[in-house]
Amino acid sequence: MNLAVRCQNLVKVYDTGGQKVTALNGINLDIIAGQLMMLVGPSGCGKTTLISVIAGILDQDEGLCELFGENLLAMRSKDKLNFRAKNIGFVFQAFNLLPSLNAAENVSIPLIINGMKRAEAERKAITLLEQVGLGARWKSLPSQLSGGQQQRVAIARALVHNPRLIVCDEPTSALDHETGRNVMKLLKDVALHKDRTLVIVTHDARIFDFADRIAEMDDGHIVEVQDKREQG
Amino acid sequence: MNHIALKMLMGDTGKYIGIVMGLTFASLIMTQQPAIFLGIMSRTYSFITDVGLPDIWVIDPKVQFVDDIKPMQDTELYRVRGISGVEWAMPMYKGLLKARLLDGTFQTCNVVGLDDATLIGGPPVMLEGKIDDLRRSDSVIVDIDGASEKLGKPSLIPGGKPIPLKIGDNLELNDRRAIVVGIAKVTRTFQSQPVIYTTYSRAKSYAPKERKLLSFVLVKAKKGQDLVELTRRIRESTGLAAYTQADFKTLTYEYFMHNTGIPINFGTSVLLGFIVGAAIAGQTFYNFTLGNIMQFGVLKAMGTSNWILLRMILLQAVLVGSIGYGLGVGLTALFGFAMRHTILAFKFPWQLLLFSGAGISLICAFAAIISILKVIRLEPAIVFKG
Ligand SMILES: Nc1ncnc2c1ncn2[C@@H]1O[C@H](COP(=O)(O)OP(=O)(O)O)[C@@H](O)[C@H]1O
Ligand SMILES: [Mg+2]
Repeated sequence: MNLAVRCQNLVKVYDTGGQKVTALNGINLDIIAGQLMMLVGPSGCGKTTLISVIAGILDQDEGLCELFGENLLAMRSKDKLNFRAKNIGFVFQAFNLLPSLNAAENVSIPLIINGMKRAEAERKAITLLEQVGLGARWKSLPSQLSGGQQQRVAIARALVHNPRLIVCDEPTSALDHETGRNVMKLLKDVALHKDRTLVIVTHDARIFDFADRIAEMDDGHIVEVQDKREQG
Repeated sequence: MNHIALKMLMGDTGKYIGIVMGLTFASLIMTQQPAIFLGIMSRTYSFITDVGLPDIWVIDPKVQFVDDIKPMQDTELYRVRGISGVEWAMPMYKGLLKARLLDGTFQTCNVVGLDDATLIGGPPVMLEGKIDDLRRSDSVIVDIDGASEKLGKPSLIPGGKPIPLKIGDNLELNDRRAIVVGIAKVTRTFQSQPVIYTTYSRAKSYAPKERKLLSFVLVKAKKGQDLVELTRRIRESTGLAAYTQADFKTLTYEYFMHNTGIPINFGTSVLLGFIVGAAIAGQTFYNFTLGNIMQFGVLKAMGTSNWILLRMILLQAVLVGSIGYGLGVGLTALFGFAMRHTILAFKFPWQLLLFSGAGISLICAFAAIISILKVIRLEPAIVFKG
């Protein structure tokens, strides 16, 4: 079994003007490649902090976090940017599409960051939009799309450069139940395959059934990891 | 990423227009105010420009600028004529005299007396009549602005425009008759009085009786003379002051620079334009960046380097800067064009484009730098913050 992510003894303390908040307090967690891992737990328990460290956009204070065998903390910042650009896709609760770019232009951004020419990147973006069922809407601005459609554009953007890891923070929280389940279906069916791992932070119990494994957090710790597939 | 930067900028129409308008305002103020300033300053010496022909102006050493008349004795003219290197030397009278108009009111006029034989230093452009008509008895030439306004005859309808003075009309200068034989166009001077040209001897008869009435000795140097050398010789042998045409302009210009509030007034408006422009444009541009901070964060999380983000912001700043600058300069040019026939002083040399261009560049650089610092310090982890 290949490991996508290995966290050992992760500690992260936020220091806001003298007041210290320990968001991660010794996290040990393995995420298996090709699986959909859900991070669940009460608000403020450190889920967002943990996927930020995993995605390499936040540095931990202590402990080790390896992504596909690489320690991002030890990388030079340029290599780290390149590593993120190539290997990671992001999906956010608030979609975070660029409002003045149309769907295809939004989806093409990761390719452009990776150095692809604009025309080619936008062509490729349109094929991704087709895969998420929005091929006809490639010219639409985010404001012209519904929440569920915007999140599908965001998923296409997270997939377009074929990353090995996609991190999603509360991807269904801004959506109604049915739309949320459709988004999860899309993530599971289109995004997930043996070379791609998904880490999804959620507190939405109604979508837990999409997970391969669920890590439950509380107060900066992992309290339990359940394997849903074994439970079957 | 350039197209993304541009779409980000123009997608937010309201802010985009706000930034461009701030820069347009700054550019307008920084171009238009100096243009008026330069226009006014060039008027201080436009009389010297209009006289044109002489190489050297000989004046009383105490004279500080062209309108500061300190008369000399007529004999000085002959002393200057005797100096080697002088091709010719002509007298000129310039003074403020009161003209009595037809309705009995008085109007102060700038009277210029030209050498009787050569009429050198006459008006640059004759609109009606000829300069040579000054050889006729009692003749004067009046400038068009004076003729149509301050020297005009009262309108037949009360409150209406005055009837312009025409060839053949009479004036009275110091109880002596003056007949208009020509209408001239002169460059507006700093003084707004009507200008009346006549001969030197007639000007003396119009002027109050005084021992000294010679305002300037106008000198033409012989071919190949070193002008600076010649002015030195004139100074040494007469004890008078002698300036080349350019130096006399500088003397006049500098006098107004150092002894009037004009430079400070205009300097203040330009500085205010700069500060207000920098504040508005800098503030709106920074707000725009702050408003888009999540977008920059997303790009950063996805692996965009600070260097690329910096270039994107610079591109945005250069774009709004160029548009604002262009609009401001364009509006200034339109303003100048609209005002071309009015009393307003306006001078728009190309150097002014560099001046306001530098000002706008500074404002944009400032706006870009504060935005860039914000984005460079930005933690990509903000992307997961609600
Ligand atoms: N940038 C930050 N500065 C200070 N404290 C923070 C910051 N981000 C998160 N925290 C704190 O760290 C703890 C964990 O936050 P977070 O990881 O966002 O939890 P979750 O995503 O599970 O709700 C919370 O107590 C939160 O207030
Ligand atoms: Mg969270």
